[in-house]
Amino acid sequence: MDKVKQKDLILYSGLIILGLAAPFLFPGFKVQLTILCVLIVLAMTWNLQGGEMGYNTFGNILFYGLGMYLTASVQVGMFFPLAEWTESGGEKTFVHTTSQYFQGMGVGLLVAALVPTIIAGAIGYAILGLRGHYFAICTLGLGIAAGEIAGGIEIIGAGQGFTTPPFPKDIVDPGARGDFFYFLSFVLLIGTFVFIKWIYGSRFKLILNAIRDNEDKAEAMGIQTMKYKIVGWMVSAFFAGLAGGIMGGLIGYIDSTDVAFDGREMGVFMVLMAILGGKGTLWGPVIGATLFHFLKEGFWTLILGWQYVALGVLIVVIVIYFPEGLMGWLREKYPERFGEVIDEKDRKAQVELK
Amino acid sequence: MVQASLDGILLGILFALIAYGMALQWGVMNIINIAQGDLVILGGYIAYTMYLAGIHPAWGVIVSPIIMFFVGWALYKLVINKVVDRDLFISILATFGIAIIFQQLMNFIFGADVVVAQSEYGTTMLFDNSVTLPNSKIFSAVVSILYAIALVIYMKKSRLGRAIRATAQNARAAKILGVDTEKVYAATFGINAALCGIAGALIAITLTLHPYVGLPYTVRSFMIVIVAGLGNLPAVAISGMGLGLFEEFADYILGTEFRIGAVFMLLVFILVYRRFKLSKKREYLK
Repeated sequence: MDKVKQKDLILYSGLIILGLAAPFLFPGFKVQLTILCVLIVLAMTWNLQGGEMGYNTFGNILFYGLGMYLTASVQVGMFFPLAEWTESGGEKTFVHTTSQYFQGMGVGLLVAALVPTIIAGAIGYAILGLRGHYFAICTLGLGIAAGEIAGGIEIIGAGQGFTTPPFPKDIVDPGARGDFFYFLSFVLLIGTFVFIKWIYGSRFKLILNAIRDNEDKAEAMGIQTMKYKIVGWMVSAFFAGLAGGIMGGLIGYIDSTDVAFDGREMGVFMVLMAILGGKGTLWGPVIGATLFHFLKEGFWTLILGWQYVALGVLIVVIVIYFPEGLMGWLREKYPERFGEVIDEKDRKAQVELK
Repeated sequence: MVQASLDGILLGILFALIAYGMALQWGVMNIINIAQGDLVILGGYIAYTMYLAGIHPAWGVIVSPIIMFFVGWALYKLVINKVVDRDLFISILATFGIAIIFQQLMNFIFGADVVVAQSEYGTTMLFDNSVTLPNSKIFSAVVSILYAIALVIYMKKSRLGRAIRATAQNARAAKILGVDTEKVYAATFGINAALCGIAGALIAITLTLHPYVGLPYTVRSFMIVIVAGLGNLPAVAISGMGLGLFEEFADYILGTEFRIGAVFMLLVFILVYRRFKLSKKREYLK
């Protein structure tokens, strides 16, 4: 047992060192690495619903987009009138000082984490009572409705979009912006991973799995399934909101349907990444997101113009031929590695029985 | 107000046609096709292409379903047959992928501009010119109703129609009794695509086309089907018109920019309402 723990320790410390060193090793790919962190966070939080709870949501994009808008709005609104900011397209008339920028970002991220969590709790009772594909379609509708409605609200830029505050000019180091967002997202990634790993070792995860396997039976066993479903969704909303906030600052520009509530891209990506890696596993979404990001960045430039066609084909192929994902495939091949002990004696006994 | 009501009802008939296709494939094959709306738009682009070629786009309501039937058939053979017996979520995701492919291909072929095929049917003025009614909308409503009636008769009388209904009732039993379910599924999907083709051609004349507006049509038809139930044609027609009315009034009261948002919010509200109604009996939507 100790040996396994030691192996884990080496693995985790290795990954953390790699994560810390990454922006210095590949300074040209800082933005990509930041996006990778955000993608992993989104895939992991999606996995909590789609993989562990059996509730295939398209609606986590709602929290991501909300987080994005909230962070930017708070960051601006704390110091300047929001309406004038969006009207002028940002930067021209108002300039954040360095301390204002970071204060705004901090408070904004806090709001971006809390408000989606509260919203998830508030709508959870209504939405999570739906099952199966009704839940999937309902959350799909929710995400798109949010995008359409955000695109009609004047104060956050409506259809023209919302320019997030630019990184303070006082910081002369040209790499500072990339470093800041990278480490912010990296910290978020570690936080998410640690929290979800903790969930994986807890009773909570078993209850979520019970809900996935048979919700009626779980309820009959005395589990208040609704409570756990809502808490699960709130956890996802918390981290997805933070991820959205960071992403908004990184991109520097928020559009209602193309960046924030981007059901066509991000909303599908998170599902796809989790399925690609193997839903219902701790490492699956991490591996899936990494693989997906590499594939995407590798091919996106090669097949210019055909990206979405490739994406569509990828979705169809993955969903039809690899619904269990990479981890599922590995699990089938090497069950011992996953702690599924095959008792030889037991197996022999069963054979003899026949 | 009268304007909005009339527009809504005429539009609703069109939605009902798409929803009928949705109900058909849902009932028979137990799949939810997210690409439904994109099939509609593709059908519309077929009519638009004819319009560009100098043929009157109204002929699209005959040509487009024929082409779309084969598109649907091919789609079934390529992808859908692999998701029929599986989890509904797999069909949702797979058709989502198809929807993305369709959108992008249409974007390549037809460009990202909003287009409309001019039918030049003129408009009818009603009530002392206070209400304008494009004749193309009346035309589209009439064509939709005719096709719907034709389809109902076909489903009742023809051999294939009976086979489809038998498969919907019990696929296994139908198979044992000698129905080639694989063929029935392919035909069902083809018919659904053809219905989308008709609706698309009508949309090309009456409304506008754009490669990325497919999803709202999918959601509308989904909504109509869950309100009306599977295989209940009068209810589909009524809820289709109801949705059309709702949409026109949402447009009228909230403004055009919130129209699509209102449609999606209505979907959420309907589902949540059904959920609360059923939870009183400790049941859930199945």
